[in-house]
Amino acid sequence: MALTEQTRADAVDLAGRYPQSRSALLPMLHLVQSAEGTVTADGIALCADVIGLTTAEVAAVATFYTMYKRHKVGRVHVGVCTNTLCAVLGGDAIWSAVSERLGVGHDEVSADGAVSLERIECQAACTNAPVMTANWEFLDDMDVPRALEVIAKLQAGEEVHSTRGPRIGTFEEVERALAGFPDGLAGEGRNDDKMLAGLTYAKAHGMSAPPGPAASPLAAGAASKTEA
Amino acid sequence: MTITTPGVSPVTVTSGITLSVDGVDITVPKGTLVIRAAEQLGVEIPRFCDHPLLAPVAACRMCLVEIEGQPKPQPACAVTVAEGMKVRTQVTSELAEQAQQGVMEFLLINHPLDCPVCDKGGECPLQNQALSHGRAESRFTGVKRTFPKPINVSAQILLDRERCVSCARCTRFADEIAGDPFIDLLERGAKQQVGTSSDQPFDSYFSGNTVQICPVGALTSAKYRFRSRPFDLISTPTVCEHCASGCGLRTDVRRSTVLRRLAWDEPAVNEEWNCDKGRFAFGYAAEGRLTHPMVRDESGELVVASWPEAMSIAAAGLRRAGSRTAVLTGGRLTLEDAYSYSKFARSVLGTDDVDFRSRPSSAEEIEFLAALVAGKPVGPTYAELESAPVVVLAGLDAEDESPMVFLRLRKGARLTGVKVFTVAPFASAGVAKVNGRVLTAVPGAEAAVLDSLADEVSGARDENRLEAARLLREPGAVLLVGERLAQSPGALSAAARVAKATGAALGWVPRRAGERGALDAGAIAGLLPGGRPITSDAARREAAAVWGVDPASLPGSPGRDLGAVVAAVNADTKAIAAAAKPSDVVRSVQALLIGGVEANDLADPAAFVAALDAVPFLVSLEQRHSEVTARADVVLPVAAVAEKAGTFLDWEGRPREFAQVFREALTLSDSRVLAMLAAELDASFGRGDIASVRGELASFGSWHGDRAQAPGHAPPEAPSVGSDEVVLATWRQLLDRGLLQEGDPFLGATARAGVARISAARATLLAVATGEAVTISTATGSITLPALVTTMPDDVVWLPANSDGSNPRVTLGAGHGDIVRISGGVV
Amino acid sequence: MALTPILTAHWDEPDSHTIGGYRRHGGYDMVPVSLGVHPDEVIALVKESGLRGRGGAGFPTGMKWGFVPQNDGKPHYLVVNADESEPGACKDIPLMLANPHSLVEGCIHAAYAIRANHAFIYIRGEVPHAVRRVTAAVAEAYAAGFLGKDILGSGFDLDIVVHSGAGAYICGEETALLDSLEGRRGQPRLKPPFPAVAGLYASPTVINNVETIANIPTIIRNGADWFKQFGTEKSPGFKLFAVSGHVERPGIYEASLGTTMRELLEYAGGVRAGHELKFWIPGGSSVPMLLPEHLDTPLTYEDMAGLGTMLGTGTPMVFDETTSVVRAISRWMHFYKHESCGKCTPCREGTFWLEQMLERFEAGTAIEADIETVDEICKQIAGRSFCALGDAAATPYAPALKYFREEFLAGTHTSADELFDPVAATVFAGAAAR
Repeated sequence: MALTEQTRADAVDLAGRYPQSRSALLPMLHLVQSAEGTVTADGIALCADVIGLTTAEVAAVATFYTMYKRHKVGRVHVGVCTNTLCAVLGGDAIWSAVSERLGVGHDEVSADGAVSLERIECQAACTNAPVMTANWEFLDDMDVPRALEVIAKLQAGEEVHSTRGPRIGTFEEVERALAGFPDGLAGEGRNDDKMLAGLTYAKAHGMSAPPGPAASPLAAGAASKTEA
Repeated sequence: MTITTPGVSPVTVTSGITLSVDGVDITVPKGTLVIRAAEQLGVEIPRFCDHPLLAPVAACRMCLVEIEGQPKPQPACAVTVAEGMKVRTQVTSELAEQAQQGVMEFLLINHPLDCPVCDKGGECPLQNQALSHGRAESRFTGVKRTFPKPINVSAQILLDRERCVSCARCTRFADEIAGDPFIDLLERGAKQQVGTSSDQPFDSYFSGNTVQICPVGALTSAKYRFRSRPFDLISTPTVCEHCASGCGLRTDVRRSTVLRRLAWDEPAVNEEWNCDKGRFAFGYAAEGRLTHPMVRDESGELVVASWPEAMSIAAAGLRRAGSRTAVLTGGRLTLEDAYSYSKFARSVLGTDDVDFRSRPSSAEEIEFLAALVAGKPVGPTYAELESAPVVVLAGLDAEDESPMVFLRLRKGARLTGVKVFTVAPFASAGVAKVNGRVLTAVPGAEAAVLDSLADEVSGARDENRLEAARLLREPGAVLLVGERLAQSPGALSAAARVAKATGAALGWVPRRAGERGALDAGAIAGLLPGGRPITSDAARREAAAVWGVDPASLPGSPGRDLGAVVAAVNADTKAIAAAAKPSDVVRSVQALLIGGVEANDLADPAAFVAALDAVPFLVSLEQRHSEVTARADVVLPVAAVAEKAGTFLDWEGRPREFAQVFREALTLSDSRVLAMLAAELDASFGRGDIASVRGELASFGSWHGDRAQAPGHAPPEAPSVGSDEVVLATWRQLLDRGLLQEGDPFLGATARAGVARISAARATLLAVATGEAVTISTATGSITLPALVTTMPDDVVWLPANSDGSNPRVTLGAGHGDIVRISGGVV
Repeated sequence: MALTPILTAHWDEPDSHTIGGYRRHGGYDMVPVSLGVHPDEVIALVKESGLRGRGGAGFPTGMKWGFVPQNDGKPHYLVVNADESEPGACKDIPLMLANPHSLVEGCIHAAYAIRANHAFIYIRGEVPHAVRRVTAAVAEAYAAGFLGKDILGSGFDLDIVVHSGAGAYICGEETALLDSLEGRRGQPRLKPPFPAVAGLYASPTVINNVETIANIPTIIRNGADWFKQFGTEKSPGFKLFAVSGHVERPGIYEASLGTTMRELLEYAGGVRAGHELKFWIPGGSSVPMLLPEHLDTPLTYEDMAGLGTMLGTGTPMVFDETTSVVRAISRWMHFYKHESCGKCTPCREGTFWLEQMLERFEAGTAIEADIETVDEICKQIAGRSFCALGDAAATPYAPALKYFREEFLAGTHTSADELFDPVAATVFAGAAAR
């Protein structure tokens, strides 16, 4: 894939969504990454041109954030959380197993180009530790065998579903969604047992929050204003 | 290096904020930063990211101090004073001292121990402050961060990343001051580093300043890298010879060689900055100089001669020519040297054929300068630019032609809301950086645009013109005109009308350092020193009194300017060729005395060279070989600025005196050579030394007599332009093929690439896009450059003057405002 | 105390994230109510409720809103900090997945109160499904007339832009978030000026956490008195407690502030079978750890402060006796070094140094003097860095040393993996054994 007139048009669209066009830079870098699979010099130049920055200013931003890649990632970009909690709960073991299976280390791509690997930091899914991601979709509550199974499927190009989200799309598709161009997958996925743990416990034990008043205390004020 | 000098005596401010620093009370203006207040008491708080001309960022944390009531130590560089604040610095606070030592220890863990080979060693704020505010031993025993060394952020600037302390002074300078954010902080955290993008080097006219303000040795210049140690240098305060900005510099010399030049702290002029030309272009004075007098031998070859022999021949030739000698000088001259030429012409030769304008000029310009500029007091000033409600530029691209004017306008535009308008065909890079708006003028139409500002109503159709016209009437408004207006008939007259109608202060910003001084010295036909009209009996009496000559011996009517002199020589040549008996034709110009004139700078280089070839006698006072020396009968070598003391009047009219860098220099100033020549001619002239020349200049005093009226030329009719023709707009960019930039390849490599600017409609018509070739031609020749599609009038093309691949005056025989043909592609 | 499902009450419904699911339980009913009163009344109500920011600092929300200057002629902005990245924090992402409309509705009330016509929801980029859910919710709200011009005929306009970050923990710091939202490197800004006066585009800006904003509709609906019956005087309301680590049933437990960790552990089924609690951290890696002896202290802002720690994000991480404290601290140091923005010296260089030092303890190659050196490095960072990230990096070591000094001493001769079998600590250790 490459940057096209459509990419530029989308970039201009993004710039128009903000009171100041520079605010669109992060989404725009996601956009160029969705077009080229990585942030290239051309992508940086396109952002600079649309917003009116120097390429150095854009490069300064592109190199600050870890999601912008300097080289092509795999068809699927896999993350293994090795921050403390996930690491202790099994993330380190998963990392070792996956890294060994793929024959790659951090920020490297498997020889077949299918999978790239990244040590990731906390994904805000600690209740589901150890956590992996595939193109940033959650693969929760992993263990070594399941991790290897998922990797095998991803390498084989088989369909894999995120535990709480949609089927795993391509890196470029996800980047486009992050850029602000919806992919229609919002309805996919389910709230898992970790999200429902408290609610389930409460229902099982007859616990609930006390009800509120019949009407909002503000409603009286609203009514009087309407009459006035 | 920008450590503010301590020991400045405490300033007594009657109204302000009173705080105490280390138990000593001080009153400072509201808004003062704690670090500045401490400086006033002589307390130097260590710092890296802090710079008085950059916005505070409090990033390096070196300046942490204790402020009573604050639980944590605070950065003195970012906290403004408050009434009753009690600040305790490292002098009295253990907390502050420990905090500073901690930060210093952190800074050093990743800093290489290469001080012995680092350019900065010996003048390094990190080195100095590590000694004064650091621990004796580091506890770090780990692995240091390393980078491959070094990287070129431009041809001129190198970066050793492992030395960087991430103070971001350089990137903030590039962004805030220069407006060239081509360097920025890349990466994050411990990997954070300064860098450029892969496609755009740090080609800023001001890049050298980053080397100077870098508080470590991370940024160095190709010019100075590994050349010297600061303690081996002898430093002299000097003034830049390259343009009329008047920058104060420090020239550093080792073993009789200039190794570097730094911007010096001149708050009223260049603040703490200068441009790369001023910083790096000094090689011309070291290599390829004329070293001995030269004269023609029997075969017509130039051969080395002794001073007495050369003087004798020169004097004989000038004695023969007498008042039929013309004196032409150029922009390199100091005030004192220009004065000596002025005096030599009038008092020794008795001629008023004098002109310092070695560039396209006009008679209208002389009227303008005589009426409104020559001998006038200082002003408008840099400070006035910074606080003006509006600055209108006409025929002046500040970034290219007077970089400090540009920086001050940018400062004003950023910090005090100065509005900038420019009468020009398009918004150049420099205009964009001052948020400037264009009052669009096709070359030649500047007068009409200016006139519309003089009359508020007639400008009403154009919003920008209306606003500019309105703002020009506010107190403090400034109108700056550049030397290019002399090429646009009626424009200087119109500028004078605008200033008169609106009350705006009028400033003349010539491109060359010597021009304002030469004007005030009277090195121009019609004017004696101080703006005295040569036609005035009183003026001639005053001059004659200073010069010790009979007033009647001085010419009493205005002489010819450079163009007229050249025309006269060539006309006589023609007449001689046509005459049946050539000896019957008596040339009106028998000799030329020339100092500092380059043929390629002139409106018609070919005509000038023809005149040089034809004139019976030619004396050249010069630093380097040129078209003039090649044709001279006598060549007399003269001193470059580092070899003499002198004064430049900057565009404000502010005297910028400088000292002699090489006190042992054997070269002679133009003034000294002219004095010797005068002695050879048995004329009363004086010694021509700096003290006596300055004494004479001072004894002239101000002129209170009559002045010429401002010119009242009407705007010309718009020329008719054919369908394949456009009007040429052209000016010199800061870095070009000027002779004073010779010998500095790293600097030259940062010059802007040549382009031909055309409008989008013209590009469509020619079927070319940006980057594709466009050819501009006349009967004389053609120039082909890549197109740069620009928002500008369709019937205009812009080419750089005197650049690699583009010298319209020479190649096309055309200048600003002339009509040229245009076509797509290479012809 | 008991669990109080309020924000989470309907998360078990399959369409909980849709406008249909949200409206079924009264969602958006309060929009005409708040838009019908003077904005100051909304601020007053939120002030009265005592709601404190749920992002970690616990600043009173109503007071923050009240700092926004009025009639200043500048546009005002609401920015939702949805950059949940603190190690251990995992409450905002589930909320955005399960009930994004509560966030959208909260934005409407909040923006109206502070007179903002433009709101931005800055979601960390690494969670695309949260971006999808919130983006879809915003689109649904537009379609239903709750966003856009002249909302429900009130004359109030509000546009919401959902904005993805790109991987930088520092952007959870509110001024760094603003720089990031302006398309810059996410490095924190000097304060003053504070965002309430000069925030986004140098205009008055309120930055609130996701959970904070999601609380607003419940307060509008039920009033301050109802809200204050939860929690304590200084910490009113309820909280999404996300319990993670070595517990039987990790997950989201919504309960009153003031609930104790012992109670949360009970809901979560206790420390995993056959193991005992070693240490726990109440609200993200940036707050000091606690011991089993602290289990009965109420989880409130004030009581946690009383223990020398902080409630933080209210997302306790639980570690049992199989965990090496040295390894835990070492990994967090790596995290802070990785996430340090680089702006200030203490954080940039200090975390660089700390990571190397902690690696030595973990490898068993430290020397005894390193124990004090690390402590001093932390002290040279704490209170001297530009923003709280440096303070956070300097936080974990001292309490770890205080409680488990012997493990650091052991780090002078024995590696952490030798002292604590990493396999034993994994959640699948039992499965492997079986």
